[in-house]
Amino acid sequence: MTFVLLLIEGFYCVTVTYNLFRILIGLEVLIKAVTLFVIAAGYLSGHLALAQSIVITIIVIEVVVVVVAAGIILGFFREFDSLNVKNARRMKG
Amino acid sequence: MMLLSVLLILLVLISLWAVMTPLLLRAAIGLAATSALLTMIMYQLGAPLAAVFELSVCAGLISVVFVSVVSLTHRLPLKEFMKRRQSRIKRFVFLPLLLVAALAIMLTIKLPFSLNLPAADKISDVRVMLWNIRRIDLFGQIMALLAGVYGVLILFQGRKTDGD
Repeated sequence: MTFVLLLIEGFYCVTVTYNLFRILIGLEVLIKAVTLFVIAAGYLSGHLALAQSIVITIIVIEVVVVVVAAGIILGFFREFDSLNVKNARRMKG
Repeated sequence: MMLLSVLLILLVLISLWAVMTPLLLRAAIGLAATSALLTMIMYQLGAPLAAVFELSVCAGLISVVFVSVVSLTHRLPLKEFMKRRQSRIKRFVFLPLLLVAALAIMLTIKLPFSLNLPAADKISDVRVMLWNIRRIDLFGQIMALLAGVYGVLILFQGRKTDGD
């Protein structure tokens, strides 16, 4: 149940906010929900070693996603002097 | 089991605070606290290696990245901050209500959690699983990390001026 509540929080945050940084926070909450689910599933099924190896993979990918997203956010801020995602409409393309 | 229940409730409450708080720095701290609580839950469930990774990487490294991003941006003027705060409160006020409604629905319908689980794993050592069985995943992780490093180099490089 906890993982469902975390999923709701993450989806709501990503959907409702206009701040790029807060979208990243919502994405992080979603990843936490998935991590919790994988560990709980491993615990219940007795495949805890497999679950841990999958969680380690998730964490590595999470770091890469967060660092690259942080770079994109900073580039966006330098360009528009704001983190409001509505400014993305002014971009070329 | 009592401790685990308390940790799970705290996890939901602190992540809710991280999502709803108006200041970005507090949101980053809330996320770090969420990671720390998730670490405790993992340890309680018997996954210490994943817990160590979660604590060191998610509560440590990612929090540093978040705080760096916040420090590299500047604050809004107070008037605009208060205006946006009111707008945020209006948008986020439904989230706690949504969570309570989802909890009530889940408690009412009582989802069938008694699944037919497969047999327990023969490999109980996570090191054997990670280095022997899922070796291909490790190569994938290394490639993802290298791609991330390359992306960061591209994104964080300074803008070239006419003099360069």
